[in-house]
Amino acid sequence: MSHMPANRPPKIQLTDVHKAFGPKVVLDGIDLTVGRGESVVVIGGSGTGKSVMLKCVLGLLTPERGSILVDGKEVVGMRSRERTQVMQKFGMLFQGGALFDSLKVWENVAFGLIQGRKMPREQAHEIAVDKLSQVGLAPSAGDLWPSELSGGMQKRVSLARAIATNPEIIFFDEPTTGLDPIMADVINDLIVKCVKELGATALSITHDMASARKIADRIAMLYKGKLIWIGPADEIDRSGNPFVDQFIHGRAEGPIKMELRA
Amino acid sequence: MIDLLRAVGRLFIVFLSHVGRLSVFAATALSHAVRPPFYPRLILRATIEIGYYSLPVVGLTAIFSGMVLALQSYTGFARFSAEGAVATVVVLSMTRELGPVLAGLMVAGRIGASMAAEIGTMRVTEQIDALQTLSTDPFKYLIAPRLLAGLLMLPLLVLVADVIGVFGGYLVAVYKLGFNPATYISRTWEYLEALDVISGLTKAAVFGFLISLMGCYHGYHSKGGAQGVGAATTNSVVSAAILILIFNYVITALYFGK
Repeated sequence: MSHMPANRPPKIQLTDVHKAFGPKVVLDGIDLTVGRGESVVVIGGSGTGKSVMLKCVLGLLTPERGSILVDGKEVVGMRSRERTQVMQKFGMLFQGGALFDSLKVWENVAFGLIQGRKMPREQAHEIAVDKLSQVGLAPSAGDLWPSELSGGMQKRVSLARAIATNPEIIFFDEPTTGLDPIMADVINDLIVKCVKELGATALSITHDMASARKIADRIAMLYKGKLIWIGPADEIDRSGNPFVDQFIHGRAEGPIKMELRA
Repeated sequence: MIDLLRAVGRLFIVFLSHVGRLSVFAATALSHAVRPPFYPRLILRATIEIGYYSLPVVGLTAIFSGMVLALQSYTGFARFSAEGAVATVVVLSMTRELGPVLAGLMVAGRIGASMAAEIGTMRVTEQIDALQTLSTDPFKYLIAPRLLAGLLMLPLLVLVADVIGVFGGYLVAVYKLGFNPATYISRTWEYLEALDVISGLTKAAVFGFLISLMGCYHGYHSKGGAQGVGAATTNSVVSAAILILIFNYVITALYFGK
């Protein structure tokens, strides 16, 4: 994963993005650029607006102000038909997996191919089995229902679904939350492998530092609606930012005060 | 006093915003229902769920309604020697009112609740967001098939309910009250007009649409985990039941109000 030449527009560019829910300001002027083939991880505590930021890029939420460019094209306020086309560039791994429980595992993986790309079911089935094997699952797992899988297997299926359409951009929303440390590391390895094989651009959010260090080229920290630090992953220990230091070392004492009362 | 007015005003604004959101939701869903891509497999699944699996509960409701109608009208009409009107009362009550309203209420409890719970769970587990990221419009994939199935299936269910209800009345009249079978059947047909059945089926189509709309609307807008899904389920059944009773009056007034 490396930076591409600077003469092409960045893959994703957020400029001065604001989002509030009623009086609660969640994003307060976010500026972030993700280059082609780059993997950026946004870290930050729970409730700091990491998921909201991803959802704004995906068009699931609309920011009040600011611009979001994907391949140099503005996506804020885009019409639904155009957006459906832009969405074909994306794959997304949801925090809870978000597998469709009314469909079998292989149908989940093949969903974007069958519904989004109108591929015949037999062909989509073959690709689904191939993607399942890429995340370490046997073809027989494809005939199970999502409710029959463990949490780690569900994450793998969700990852297979995210990469099934060979997307140019993949979002990972808390990919290791709720997994034991070994399974979390397996998922991290799979993410690095899949992103590398596809040559995709990746934007992830997490509060798991081991995961962030493993999958990121660059790390950005979100705090109170603003990105307070952005830098290469290997420089995060020398950030010189007390907020970042407190977060990556998981200290209760420091400038970040936990809001125990809402 | 000012506080009271403020509270009333706030409630009124909340009510209006709900009506507005519901109208936009219904219009969006309808516009998706008539534009491709269509999902015949999903329409078929919703059709079977609403139509076929509701048959037992609607059939049971209809047969006992028809039976009790025959019994009640017989004992009531006997007071002024009008027992002969039992067959007419049963068939008119079933086709015009009880068939559509009772089937509507039963299906609202069965289908409206399950739609709200299913779509609500999909909402809170991010499955609806996942649909959108997989280039699939949730209005086309989840909502339009259910609205179409509700609209098409409830009239068929009500037609079956009408027949079963009249048969229930026949059973009580012939085997309990001693009516002559041939006379009862001829009396059933004698005063029945096409409009009686058609008005009932119109109601059924509207009720079917409303039940699916309420189930989908409340499920789609549910939030806050299991509690939110529970609230969506309750709201979908209560609002569908109230709308069924309101629209029952409106359609009756349109057909027979003169």
